[in-house]
Amino acid sequence: MPHSYDLIVGLEVHVQLQTKSKLFCRCSTKFGGPPNTQTCPVCIGMPGSLPVMNREAFRLGLKTAIALNCEIPQFTKWDRKQYYYPDLPKGYQISQYDLPMSQNGWLEISDPKKEFAAKRIGIIRAHLEEDAGKSLHDEEHGKADTRIDLNRTGTPLLEIVSAPDMRSTKEARVYLTQLRLMLLYLGVSDCNMQEGSLRVDANVNIHIQGPSGKIATPIVEVKNLNSFRHVERALAYEAKRQYDVWEETGRTIKDYPKQTRGWDDAAGTTLPQREKEESADYRYFPDPDLVPVITPKAEVEEVRSGLVELPAAIRSRLEKTYGISDYDSDVIVLQGLPFVAYFEEVAKLSGDGKKASNWVTQELLRILNDQSITLEQFPLTAPQLANLVKLVAGGEIEITRAKEVFNDMVANRRDAAAAMSALGIAKVDSSELENICKELVAANPKIVADVKAGKQQAIGALLGQAKKRNPNANPNEVRRICLELIAKMP
Amino acid sequence: MSLTRADVEKVSLLGRLRLGDAELDTMTEQMGRIVGYIEQLGELSTDNVQPMAHAQEMHNVFADDALGASLPRDAALANAPKKDAECYRVPAVLGE
Repeated sequence: MPHSYDLIVGLEVHVQLQTKSKLFCRCSTKFGGPPNTQTCPVCIGMPGSLPVMNREAFRLGLKTAIALNCEIPQFTKWDRKQYYYPDLPKGYQISQYDLPMSQNGWLEISDPKKEFAAKRIGIIRAHLEEDAGKSLHDEEHGKADTRIDLNRTGTPLLEIVSAPDMRSTKEARVYLTQLRLMLLYLGVSDCNMQEGSLRVDANVNIHIQGPSGKIATPIVEVKNLNSFRHVERALAYEAKRQYDVWEETGRTIKDYPKQTRGWDDAAGTTLPQREKEESADYRYFPDPDLVPVITPKAEVEEVRSGLVELPAAIRSRLEKTYGISDYDSDVIVLQGLPFVAYFEEVAKLSGDGKKASNWVTQELLRILNDQSITLEQFPLTAPQLANLVKLVAGGEIEITRAKEVFNDMVANRRDAAAAMSALGIAKVDSSELENICKELVAANPKIVADVKAGKQQAIGALLGQAKKRNPNANPNEVRRICLELIAKMP
Repeated sequence: MSLTRADVEKVSLLGRLRLGDAELDTMTEQMGRIVGYIEQLGELSTDNVQPMAHAQEMHNVFADDALGASLPRDAALANAPKKDAECYRVPAVLGE
């Protein structure tokens, strides 16, 4: 490729807020109900009906905006965004235009694998709006009709618009992962992508390093991104496509309008969708059915001080408190709050944070993945696992045997002591261990000579022999004692 | 500023109104007069007037997040020009 280019990505995330009832009426927001059984005159847009704002929806939006470091203007209002679509019964969506409930925030992202340096992704705004209904495409009746289910109509959505601050598909994925994690820790949404609780649109273009300066390609909004993996694939595809189109046509952002394209994951391509209407075409105006909301500074501070500890703060606390790596803290925090609590209990009770971290991120996670179970279904309590970790940390049992013990504890739902006696594992008495070592050293003059000549690795053969004499012999101890014995030999 | 025929054509398209030639003429004239009437406000100085988002001096009207009754499905679908047992039916949406 003759010119290098940078990928420029901004993401719009729509997240359904976890309320019982809809944003402007008291119909249920429950997912999966029989079609058109959760609607009322307000959400299907009957003349004369009046919306009233759901207090909890506003509070959840506020909480999220504050966690995203947004400014919360004292005054906010709602506007009508007008367009025609069959899943929008009123002919307009109640959204926020010029005075959103929050703006100018940021979310910090970092990569434990260090593929990019930690950076802040700007949040342009987060505003509260209502969801539309669903179009069901009728396979049975051929392609003649589209069926409309309005159960989802009016469900509260928070639209979180990032600045175009991401420079790689990886950064986009990490942003989405961290944002989702934060929303889950805040408890504002279930973020279930299969059920549409979290939806992503991507705005993407590339900046090409041209012969006489930077050239920006026309911006494309990519829709139909149903998983984070789709986002990554679609962005990579778009970058390449935009480069090729630029080479072919020379089109730039200055002479070509923004387009909307849909991601087709099976085909691995984006396809053009209807041209995006200019925002003036939505003819926004303040919704006269709703009154503005004024949020006093004191209320903002009250919400801020009541926030739970957020993922980024937990990660750095775990690293400081338990001396674990940023990679491990990331793995632990990604599993969610109950997992963090479990780890902390194991770390505290065992007195060895690093080992506790190894056990939960490797052995425990392996069991959860292999058996497709949640932490709640995992048979060992934190104190039980802590006990095993403590035995390992104290040198009472070596690591390979400890893993056998762990597997037995999980399989037979018993604690470390019971598992060890069932497996015939007992700590080898130190004098017995010393005797074994003495015998081995005496019986292997060749190895002793090798070690004396500087070939330390020759000692390895003795470890295997020690294990044969007593399977409970701790290889690290055997190595240490044998080396000491050899050093003392003339 | 007076309204042009092209303005009215655009607005009628956005509002999904199919207007004939004669109607477009009438609407251009009538809507132009309405806009002109509102434009009189431009004569006033609003430098020291706060923008207003609502005609009422009211704010923070909320409802608690509690479930209320929804319509029976039959009632919800009653006015639909086309429906089946569960859903509204509309002409196939193309281009999505």
